Amino acid sequence: MGHKNESDGLDIPNRIHARPVFRPGSLIAGVIVAFLAVMLGYGMITNDNFDWPIVWKYLFNEHVLNGIGWTLVLTVTSMLIAIVLAVLLAVMRKSVNPVLRGVSWFWIWFFRGTPIYTQLVFWGLFSVLIPTISLGIPFTHLNFWSMSTEQLNKFISPGFLAAMLGLALNESAYLAEIVRAGLEAVDPGQSEAAEALGMPRTMIMRRVVLPQAMRIIVPPTGNEVISMLKTTSLVSAVPFSLEIQFATNAIANRIYKPIPLLMVACFWYLVITSILMVAQSWIERYFGKGFNEGSNGPAAGDGDAKEEKPAAKVAEGNEGGTAFLGLNA
Amino acid sequence: MNDMTTNDSNTQATTEQQGSESVAQTPVDNATVPAVKATQVHKAFGSLHVLKGIDMTVMPGTVTVILGPSGSGKSTFLRLINQLETLTGGSIEVDGELIGYKHVNHGGKDELQTLNDKEIAEQREKLGMVFQRFNLFPHRTVLENVMEAPVHVAKVPKAKAKEEAMKELERVGMADRADYYPMQLSGGQQQRVAIARALAMNPKIMLFDEPTSALDPELVGEVLGVMRSLADAGITMIVVTHEIGFAREVGDQIVFMDGGVVVEHGGPEIIDHPQEPRFKDFLSHVL
Ligand SMILES: Nc1ncnc2c1ncn2[C@@H]1O[C@H](COP(=O)(O)OP(=O)(O)O)[C@@H](O)[C@H]1O
Ligand SMILES: [Mg+2]
Repeated sequence: MGHKNESDGLDIPNRIHARPVFRPGSLIAGVIVAFLAVMLGYGMITNDNFDWPIVWKYLFNEHVLNGIGWTLVLTVTSMLIAIVLAVLLAVMRKSVNPVLRGVSWFWIWFFRGTPIYTQLVFWGLFSVLIPTISLGIPFTHLNFWSMSTEQLNKFISPGFLAAMLGLALNESAYLAEIVRAGLEAVDPGQSEAAEALGMPRTMIMRRVVLPQAMRIIVPPTGNEVISMLKTTSLVSAVPFSLEIQFATNAIANRIYKPIPLLMVACFWYLVITSILMVAQSWIERYFGKGFNEGSNGPAAGDGDAKEEKPAAKVAEGNEGGTAFLGLNA
Repeated sequence: MNDMTTNDSNTQATTEQQGSESVAQTPVDNATVPAVKATQVHKAFGSLHVLKGIDMTVMPGTVTVILGPSGSGKSTFLRLINQLETLTGGSIEVDGELIGYKHVNHGGKDELQTLNDKEIAEQREKLGMVFQRFNLFPHRTVLENVMEAPVHVAKVPKAKAKEEAMKELERVGMADRADYYPMQLSGGQQQRVAIARALAMNPKIMLFDEPTSALDPELVGEVLGVMRSLADAGITMIVVTHEIGFAREVGDQIVFMDGGVVVEHGGPEIIDHPQEPRFKDFLSHVL
């Protein structure tokens, strides 16, 4: 489309202004799909069973808002714990020490190999299984610190610790594989160059390998965060009963109107997912430093110039794609 | 061309047998310690015997060019000097210091003790290495690449490191690209930055592993030009390359390797008067 490019400000005397190819097939397909979409939307709005007034009434209900808060807290805390564990597990997996490798392998095998629901039920029984947590030396009477798990649980909110741990440990196993793939994707020449400069192993990991691996790790991790957001709805297995799915369900049972409250829950999940997608694209841009810039012009902040560079485009396209995959997870 | 104070300039052909006592040592004037001294170096990867008794002496301020067909073990030899690989047999001294190991007295017996990571990192600071594929850090700008090791390894204050980094970048003609990312540069420019990055740690010896082999032909000259200026400045260099012209003009010592042994070595004139059939054959293919 020649005329659109004139905004490029270039003086091209023989610029081409040609008519685009006429594609009747795509026109017809577009009309049909648009028609179906309008029909669906119209059906949803006019169908009394959706009870839109009830949706509006409960959208900002106190219990619902509270539920969103807890859902977010659960998602963020368990994800943070999972990320830290995953990096540890991935580094252990590549360690020269066979004990560390073995433990990492076992961890991933166990937490990936059993259903999350089962794990959550198990963690719910944690305080029955292990009534006190203590820090001491095994097989001796030395004990530095101890606490009843019941007490610890009450301190925050019943079931929260179990829910958070359950989600975090399960997630760490999946993330560990993502992190490992990211680490392995970094050119070994990078570590060699860093070694040749006299950098110690941990510094190479921290300053050279991990930052480059992040570029590969972030998109699938974004998927995992969105997936985690929705997995939090399973913590009723613990049971933990404050997150949004449980909250809306409780209201629905009280007023015998399941559908409008499902709509309320969906609405909020979509809002949070959208915010997460925006956050993800920021993070991707940050770790894409040095990869997204075009082949000319200095790196120092020319945000506008970046938009038209092909590399940046590819990164953006990716992010959209993976985020939608995440919705199916 | 550099002056050749300590190198013999006679052509010397050596026997081709594996593990032979082979290469005659360069006559060393007692006052100077060799920058690199390899003695009967062997390297095996599993059952693959790659280096079969390499002897080499590189005097400070000289340029040694290693020639040889692909797979003859040239990269492996450089990587051994820089401890990116571990020796299977023999010894290498850098600046008079045994690398990778130290002698310890173990119950009255002299034994070799492997150095720990920190000691190895310290020994590496004497050596700068330039790779065929540049290996710049793509997530850091040109300036950050050059400052990385001085700031984080040598703990030089940032302002001072920046000043010195800019000097090194000027030296390789890349100062005006300080804020670019590596991927925004041509191969030749990237390699010049990689040279600056290695120089920033003030190494005593620079190792080059086919620094121009990944470059488009028109970009080879700018990198060789920078290397020539380093040679003129008296920096000790070991260069693996297929650039025969560069070897002839800049090399003080030429070493021809094939099949894991040094087949022939001597001054730059051996390029025009090779003795060994294998070297003759090699030169006829690359010239
Ligand atoms: N890490 C390694 N593991 C196994 N074999 C290797 C390794 N590095 C090099 N080799 C082998 O050693 C031989 C010499 O390789 P190299 O030193 O790279 O030769 P050159 O640099 O002269 O082309 C080759 O046969 C190569 O396949
Ligand atoms: Mg090589």
